Amino acid sequence: MSTEALEPNRRDFLVVAGNAFVAVGAASLLWPFIQQMNPDASTMALSSVEVDLSPVKEGQAITAMWRGKPIFIRNRTKAEVEAAENVDVKTLPDDNARNENLPGDEPGTDANRTIKGHENWIVLIGICTHLGCIPKGQAMGDERGEYGGWFCPCHGSVYDTSGRIRKGPAPRNLEVPTYAFTTDTKIKIG
Amino acid sequence: MGGHTSNYVPTSRWGKWLDERLPIARLMQSSFVDYPTPRNLNYLWTFGGILTVCLLAQIVTGVVLAMHYQPSDAGAFNSIEHIRRDVNYGWMLRNLHSVGASMFFLAVYIHIFRGFYYGSYKAPREVLWILGVIIMLLMMATAFMGYTLPWGQMSFWGVTVITNLFSALDTIYPGLGTAIVEWLWGGYAVSGVTLNRFFALHYLLPFVLTGVVGLHIWALHVVGQNNPTGLDIKQPSDTVPMHPYATAKDSVGLFAFLILFAWFAFFVPDYLGHADNYVEANPLVTPPHIVPEWYFLPFYAILRAFTSSFLGIPLGQYAKLCGVVAMFSAVILIAFAPWLDTSRVRSAKYRPIFKWFFWFFLFTCVALGYLGSKPAEGIYVIASQIFTLCYFLFFLAVMPIVGLIETPSRLPRSITDDVLSKGGTGLPTGATAAPESR
Amino acid sequence: MKKHLSLTLLSMVAATVAMGSLSAEEAGHQEIERQKWSFSGFTGQFDKAQLQRGFQVYKEVCAACHGLKRVAFRNLVQPGGPEFPEDAVKELAATWPNQITDGPNDEGKMFERPPLLSDPIRGPYHNDNEARASQNGALPPDLSLIARARDSHREASWYIHPFLMLGDILNAYQEGGANYIYALLTEYSDAPADYKLTDGKYYNKAFPGHQIAMPPPLSDGVVAYQDGTPSTVDHYSHDVVAFLSWAADPSLDQRKRIGWQVILYLIVTTGLLYLGKKRIWKNIKH
Repeated sequence: MSTEALEPNRRDFLVVAGNAFVAVGAASLLWPFIQQMNPDASTMALSSVEVDLSPVKEGQAITAMWRGKPIFIRNRTKAEVEAAENVDVKTLPDDNARNENLPGDEPGTDANRTIKGHENWIVLIGICTHLGCIPKGQAMGDERGEYGGWFCPCHGSVYDTSGRIRKGPAPRNLEVPTYAFTTDTKIKIG
Repeated sequence: MGGHTSNYVPTSRWGKWLDERLPIARLMQSSFVDYPTPRNLNYLWTFGGILTVCLLAQIVTGVVLAMHYQPSDAGAFNSIEHIRRDVNYGWMLRNLHSVGASMFFLAVYIHIFRGFYYGSYKAPREVLWILGVIIMLLMMATAFMGYTLPWGQMSFWGVTVITNLFSALDTIYPGLGTAIVEWLWGGYAVSGVTLNRFFALHYLLPFVLTGVVGLHIWALHVVGQNNPTGLDIKQPSDTVPMHPYATAKDSVGLFAFLILFAWFAFFVPDYLGHADNYVEANPLVTPPHIVPEWYFLPFYAILRAFTSSFLGIPLGQYAKLCGVVAMFSAVILIAFAPWLDTSRVRSAKYRPIFKWFFWFFLFTCVALGYLGSKPAEGIYVIASQIFTLCYFLFFLAVMPIVGLIETPSRLPRSITDDVLSKGGTGLPTGATAAPESR
Repeated sequence: MKKHLSLTLLSMVAATVAMGSLSAEEAGHQEIERQKWSFSGFTGQFDKAQLQRGFQVYKEVCAACHGLKRVAFRNLVQPGGPEFPEDAVKELAATWPNQITDGPNDEGKMFERPPLLSDPIRGPYHNDNEARASQNGALPPDLSLIARARDSHREASWYIHPFLMLGDILNAYQEGGANYIYALLTEYSDAPADYKLTDGKYYNKAFPGHQIAMPPPLSDGVVAYQDGTPSTVDHYSHDVVAFLSWAADPSLDQRKRIGWQVILYLIVTTGLLYLGKKRIWKNIKH
């Protein structure tokens, strides 16, 4: 039996238009239901923390908390800074600076991952870019991997003293968050 | 869903493959596409569909709100404010849910009164009707627990007062009521513990409700829909396929209803609520005037009609118990309508006497609602008592007696006859399309 | 029959809706006069300049006793509110007299610090007991929700009431709280000769029971407006009530804007569906 013959009105313009309107309405109704799961206004407002660096001596590190993430802050020794600077960026698995303070795709030199005049300080989001574990290397006795930076125990990613990926499955360098020195011994993250 | 064979023909290989293993498309086709519906259904019959949408909307908005809500003494009120202020579109989801509860009840009351008017409770639809009463009870329980969640003053004192109803059982067996109340509370007073368990149940019950709704629809599809004439379906020309005929009408009804819904949700979201619920719960201060949400007012009026006496009859220590029993039986009684009504004619359209009692019953319920919102004093108490009596008399006297003494007006021979005799010349029956050509 | 049905429907809608708001009436309540608000009705929106003046009144007068803890400084910047410039609010927060208790610090001690944008606008008291202790036992309520947590109702006979309510619903009337607070702020007076006023209380016609612990907070000239608005109690009251209404319902502007889009969409769709339904049923008498 032919549906057309039976219900000639099904393809009527008005019916089609009505159904189309219902469909569009239902689709737009989805928006608030999806949006509600995004970070809310109060979460987004918790955007900055201040960290006092004065107690951190050369060679020491502290971990701060920002947006629920660990922030690695290390006061690097001269040797560590030099080791980080004397790397040919082209040989790195990820040659991007991954620095949110810089506008675009800068090369991943150590200078591009630190702030001028404060080169001994490295500030990183302490989350392995592989699958989100927290690398070792902050505490004194931690294994730091063969490049003296950080070592992720989950899958063996090795980062250098600039937080760049050197070996292992992680695809990217550790991110440098937005931060600035408010005084010589204080930074504001975010 | 029984009662009707399907003429589903799978159009694709995959459709055929699935049909041989899980004939769900066949079931849908037979239940919601080909399913024969009386051709004379008016817009009051769109409320079944509207209610399904209401239930769905409540579940969806509720699940989403639960992602942000904290069911704790200290957190509840703050988390609601967090939803209203900070969560993306939180204010909208919250309004849709709270207004949605009112709209759900509005629709369910219209649905029930439609059933009363057209005799939808009569044989063979008794089980369908009883399932409906169970749905209403579940709705009431869900709504009541949902109203405690904002943890405002009205929430807190509403739970306190209503759960305290069970203490009336102390008059039957000393200590029984108190034990039950403390069991409900999980303490010696309403507290965060109570809130936490109410939240768990508020999340659970809608799914139970959905199950019973499934049974309700199943039972409906077994016995078929009633219709404004109350007549049984006698011939194919009495019906049209559900799709596109009934579905087209349902969607018009639904969208018209959504206009009202949206008006409340976007322009007067707090109109049906109470200002005191924007004050955080305080166990040391009772608001001057405790009222439930509007949909409970008629039952609340019945509860409060039993002061130390009822229409001059002293009740003594049993007053509280009487009120509680009356309130619960006011709902339970509805389930007995199929056996209380003695008339064999379904639709009040053909019942000249019952028709007037129906309108008076509707008035009684509205009046009880009004009285439930008034302070329990003076003339309001007496009026509540009179209307409470009227409420019960409708079931216990009007339904059985009117059926016996009333002479129904002449019934049409069939739905088709009724439809075609209305005004104009009417097309020949052959033109009534779909069902006959099958 | 059709007429009957629409009648039932109409009366049931009217009746059920009617029952809703009869609730909070109290006998002997003072009739609260309705004010004109920029944000009232179904098209009303907040007036930014008025919210800014209202915040000034709150800051210079109300904040001496009342907190606004559910409003954060950042909210003063967001769209739909007073929309102060962010820098001005940062400065305001940094100098706000009521600091935030934070901690514990490295020594394990709690400490006070100036609020940041993300912090709430705190009142002078750390908790209700401290407030009561310094206010002779009276508790100055937090004002974040006050415009929603108060209401005012019109008295009318039962047969008039449904129409008043229908009118309110159609006019999207939600300003019961605003009108009440305005009345409260402006209806201080000397107690009538036969009224026995408790010591330390003030006579206020709008307040239930008529005696209130809060001294008249406003008088002409206490706040110096910058934009040329007359410095009168009437203007202060309107402005601060508008501000408090925003504080209690910060999404109002967005809500009504989206509301209109939704309603218009629903009306058009309902119309289309109705016409479609008529087409489908064209050949079927029913």
